[in-house]
Amino acid sequence: MVERAEGTRITMNQNSDIKTWYIKNFETFENNLNGESTKPIHQIRREAISNFSKLNFPTNHDEEWRFTSISPILKFNFELGERVDLKTSQIKKYLFKEIKGNILVFVNGYFSPSLSIIKKYSDGIKVGSISEEIKNNSSIINQHLGKYANYREQIFTALSTAFTIDGAFIYIPDNKIIEEPVQVLFITSSFGKKIISQPRNLYVAGKNSQATIIERYVSLDEGVYFSNVVTEIIAGENSKFEHIKLQEESSSSFHISRTEVDQERASNFTSYSISFGGEIARHDINSRFNDEGGECSLNGLYLIRGNQLYDTHSLIDHAKPFCNSHENYKGILDDNSRGVFNGKVIVRRNAQKTNAFQENKNIILSSGALVNTKPQLEIFADDVKCSHGATIGQLNEDSMFYLKSRGIGEEKAKAILIHAFASDVVKTINVEEVKKYLEEILEKRFNK
Amino acid sequence: MLEIKNLHASIEGKEILKGINFKVNAGEVHAIMGPNGSGKSTLAQVLAGRKEYEVTKGEVVFEGKNLLELSPEDRAREGIFLAFQYPVEIPGVSNTNLLKTALNEIRRYRGLEQLDAMEFLTHLKKKTKLVEMDQALLSRAVNDGFSGGEKKRNEILQMAVLEPKLSILDETDSGLDIDALRIVANGVNKLKSHERATVVVTHYQRLLNYIVPDFVHVLYNGKIVKSGGKELAFELEEKGYDWLKEQKELV
Repeated sequence: MVERAEGTRITMNQNSDIKTWYIKNFETFENNLNGESTKPIHQIRREAISNFSKLNFPTNHDEEWRFTSISPILKFNFELGERVDLKTSQIKKYLFKEIKGNILVFVNGYFSPSLSIIKKYSDGIKVGSISEEIKNNSSIINQHLGKYANYREQIFTALSTAFTIDGAFIYIPDNKIIEEPVQVLFITSSFGKKIISQPRNLYVAGKNSQATIIERYVSLDEGVYFSNVVTEIIAGENSKFEHIKLQEESSSSFHISRTEVDQERASNFTSYSISFGGEIARHDINSRFNDEGGECSLNGLYLIRGNQLYDTHSLIDHAKPFCNSHENYKGILDDNSRGVFNGKVIVRRNAQKTNAFQENKNIILSSGALVNTKPQLEIFADDVKCSHGATIGQLNEDSMFYLKSRGIGEEKAKAILIHAFASDVVKTINVEEVKKYLEEILEKRFNK
Repeated sequence: MLEIKNLHASIEGKEILKGINFKVNAGEVHAIMGPNGSGKSTLAQVLAGRKEYEVTKGEVVFEGKNLLELSPEDRAREGIFLAFQYPVEIPGVSNTNLLKTALNEIRRYRGLEQLDAMEFLTHLKKKTKLVEMDQALLSRAVNDGFSGGEKKRNEILQMAVLEPKLSILDETDSGLDIDALRIVANGVNKLKSHERATVVVTHYQRLLNYIVPDFVHVLYNGKIVKSGGKELAFELEEKGYDWLKEQKELV
């Protein structure tokens, strides 16, 4: 491979070399599939790799990637990781111990039955792994997988789809509820090898169903690796689905992730996208109202430093009338970190009585940090309420002085104000232990 | 307790304080009065350590220490408290939390033990009663959505909880109705002691009916132009500030 990824541009050579690398890897992967190649999913994989070969990795000339250069990711020939056996003691600290629900653990992208805890359900609820479902030729997989995340135009999604191996699978039939939050842990243990793992999650929530999923991305060592995640969520009629994503990858890793949400009539979807890790991390989250009466709430908190970059691209598609969306993203940036927020809301012609509210606020703690934020409202209906706001600023001087004048020192005052800034995202999280954990992180990071 | 000598201070190159001299002893109540723009609030802010103001000349000694060398937080820890003219709203920070953190920071500085949650709450409850404050305001965010009167009362509560040696009340009376004024004054009076001193900065004589000063100073154009007993306040109320301005111009 030609090592000339210095600037922000990706050279043609780099682009095609690395593509060739992944295509070659696909052949090896395909050869090792042992009989799975006759399954319908494999037709999708093949279509995806063919799309991948036709697409190009984005550069800063692509509008959707203007501020995020992925050339550092293309410098490495990442390869599929190996199955690694970890001990429960090694992963314990990544699990919320008060939550007594299902636990799905994936190491280097592969499901680990020995580390996972799966409850037995007699009422049709399924909590498990994608690999298992593929093996059993699950009709739900065949019906939904790859139907929402676009692998025809998005190169990273094409790559993920081609290498569909494993990930979390949750199916909740109509009128069923998973009481305790499900913990899904993706853990990388690369031993210095430059590996790629491509978690592929599918959550299908039936009519009147309810569930909360906590997805967590961590690594055992500070290695260079690449997580390319695709999650598809189907929120059925009148369902209530909450998705909490905690991205805490190694600070020298790359994390590219796409969440696609399909919302049926009167469904209620809430997302929390919390991001601390990764050298370059990007989350595309798209939700579409397919019917009336839906509620969508997208919340985000990114806390970055050093040379980290975090990019959120969200899209809420108000395709139908009488739906409400609420978006609240907050960023805290230190050192030379960079933040990107692009929040698109489309209100289609017949989507009357839409309420769409969007806000992105950022606090910059050093002169080297930078945020590019862009709200993007495209409204084609006339009887709607839409608002958006974006701010980038420093900690309020008056507030700092006020706290200091009460005897509170510089660092502690800073910590208090940062905590307060983040709190309106954190405090709405319904899972008490996650809330506490995030508050601790905020506290520890700034209260020296 | 506090001695200010020939204090000059400016903001953005403009001189506001032009040689202030005065002395406060423990147990005393001083009132600083003066027309708008005379430098009253600047003096209060300079004493609290606001860095936007540059001290160009003079010195301030507090309990034998050079106050101007201390950071705002260390001034507070040494025992100075400023009740803000415009208390700052801090959404997301609970009133109780602010008070507990502040009190424990001050105690740590003084080598005292930290109060635990129970000890603090007992202390807080006592002080809340003193300023007749609604308990519900304690769990709310600092001054967030408070009425003008509630904000001022909250300042007095903070003062009561932190028990400073020297309290500077910057126009704490402005914008208060008579009931709120009485409550605020009552709070201040109850905290009065032989070890503590209060400096009341005000535009109006009204507050001084409730907080009776031992000394009244008139600040005009960055200087104290007249000092006297509490009767000076009545004189000002009656005649306004114009006679002082004229007098000053004659000098």
